[in-house]
Amino acid sequence: MTAVTSEPTVTTPGPAKISRRERRKIKAAEDIAQKGGPVWTAIAWFFTLLFFAPVAWMVLTSFHSEADAATNPPTPFAGVTFSNYSDLFDRNVMPFLINSATASVVSTLLVLVLAIPAAYALSIKPVEKWTDVMFFFLSTKFLPAIGALLPIYLIVKRVGMLDNIYTLVILYTAMNLPIAIWMMQSFLAEVPKEILEAAEVDGASLIRVLRSIVLPMTSPGIAATSLICFIFSWNEFMFAVNLTATVSSTAPVFLVGFITSEGLFLAKLCAAATLVSLPVLIAGFAAQDKLVRGLSLGAVK
Amino acid sequence: MTAVAEARPDTAPPPRPKQNTLSARTRWVRRAPLLPALIFTVVVTQVPFLVTLAVSSLKWNVLTPGDKSFLGLGNYENFAGLHNYVTVFTDKRLRNAVLNTILLTTSVVLISLALGLMLAVLLDRKFPGRGLARTLLIAPFLVMPVAAALVWKHVLYNPTYGLFDGVLNWIWQLFGADQGPVVDWVSSMPMPAVIAALVWQWTPFMMLILLAGLQAQPTDILEAAKVDGADGFKTFRFITMPHMRQYLELSGLLGSIYILQTFDAVYSITQGGPGTATTNLPYEIYLTMFRKYEYGEAAAAGVITVVGTIIVATFALRVFSSLFREEHTK
Repeated sequence: MTAVTSEPTVTTPGPAKISRRERRKIKAAEDIAQKGGPVWTAIAWFFTLLFFAPVAWMVLTSFHSEADAATNPPTPFAGVTFSNYSDLFDRNVMPFLINSATASVVSTLLVLVLAIPAAYALSIKPVEKWTDVMFFFLSTKFLPAIGALLPIYLIVKRVGMLDNIYTLVILYTAMNLPIAIWMMQSFLAEVPKEILEAAEVDGASLIRVLRSIVLPMTSPGIAATSLICFIFSWNEFMFAVNLTATVSSTAPVFLVGFITSEGLFLAKLCAAATLVSLPVLIAGFAAQDKLVRGLSLGAVK
Repeated sequence: MTAVAEARPDTAPPPRPKQNTLSARTRWVRRAPLLPALIFTVVVTQVPFLVTLAVSSLKWNVLTPGDKSFLGLGNYENFAGLHNYVTVFTDKRLRNAVLNTILLTTSVVLISLALGLMLAVLLDRKFPGRGLARTLLIAPFLVMPVAAALVWKHVLYNPTYGLFDGVLNWIWQLFGADQGPVVDWVSSMPMPAVIAALVWQWTPFMMLILLAGLQAQPTDILEAAKVDGADGFKTFRFITMPHMRQYLELSGLLGSIYILQTFDAVYSITQGGPGTATTNLPYEIYLTMFRKYEYGEAAAAGVITVVGTIIVATFALRVFSSLFREEHTK
């Protein structure tokens, strides 16, 4: 990383040769003190904006008319309109959003109901071979979903649950359960053991221990876990597109169907993409500090 | 999947002498809160894979149904042994899909790891607006993958009104040319087009894990290095990089496992084409299942995907268990 080798912090001209060496030393010290100069700032912001540009362009285009969206060269400062969004609602995006919300919220609740007691059992009253159990959960997260699509499709078809939102709820619950157990386990590890053991000795029932101790003490962790599960369920596409048809299709399926039936559609596509991404963007920004813990399944704090 | 066997709690305890029943009961009380999650996971995630394994040994095409019923799920023609696997490895399409999967996964993982490390190093310093920069950098990962893929395909890559060609055109016109170059990104370089869109989505993922790694560096060691007169580069090379190894492994392996399963981007950007240029295993399995209706072959390809993932996952589990042990021996 060349960026680490010192960039001059001060841009005043004409430093003497001797002092340059001296200054480099100071700079090295500053590097370790975690400060950067203006060059550093400029580089960091350049790459940040480069990565953010497609998102910014997507949002910006969603407020342009179709004609302005399809100009070449691009016209970022064209007039603003909200018609793309109102068109979306005219085209009945609502049921898809409701399906997505149902699948994500219900599966997230189900995940919490299953994961919190499990994580509690694993971290507070060590079950025999408890690390094996933890790693079993983790290994299920590593299995590629596509390998299970055929049997799931056949079974779901057999029991008449194709195009049923609760099929997705069950699948998303299974998909997120390992993440939630690992995350909750890592949050519970931060609760002082004495508190939990005291409750245990008092003979409090499981439900009471969970309700009066575990839930309040890990509520930030539960919030972060729910947001992560919500994000993954909301964005899921492979099962949604293959197992739903008309009644219970979710937002990503709407998007895919939406583009095939349009002529000039850049602005509308951007509006749809922005709209369906918005809940996750909000959830992700809200869970920012805990996002890394969720993405690494609790391995990195 | 061997973990299933190891992890399974002991089967119902046989009647024992009285002094032991209590401990057996306590053991069950301790396990009880765990069981719903465990049973649910086994049923929903393990059973389907066993079924896949079984189907992979059958000659089963929906268009030419046989008269043998498979668990009431459908009729297959006959038992085919390993024939489907032979097909998967000899059929050009499927072999091509395996190669594309490897190419796609390794390129996306390596490029986004490199970019993610660069961004993490940049963001590890204090600079004005660092918090905002971090927030903005996460955005690509949060945009719905299907939405991102469609936006890349139509809004960025489109040769007539896409942003990329638009910007090229604008730069060219700035220098007095009439018209910038027109590049049809998706048709002329389909694989790089899919890779670029995925790199854009996955770089923030890598960045977040690596940044957390950088920030978990013990400051006293960095200070000691400073006192000993190590410059920034030396500190990075000899202190930061060794420390970062497990974070690089973790993000690389987790990324591989997820990117190996890429379906959304291929489905939305290229539909696996032109021809089969960007068809990866998940997409090929999808085609085999829902276009060719070759259930047996699709299942065999699925089993191969699972085996491939397990190989990567074994390494990932090793990293997890070293991080996990570190955590619990503190």
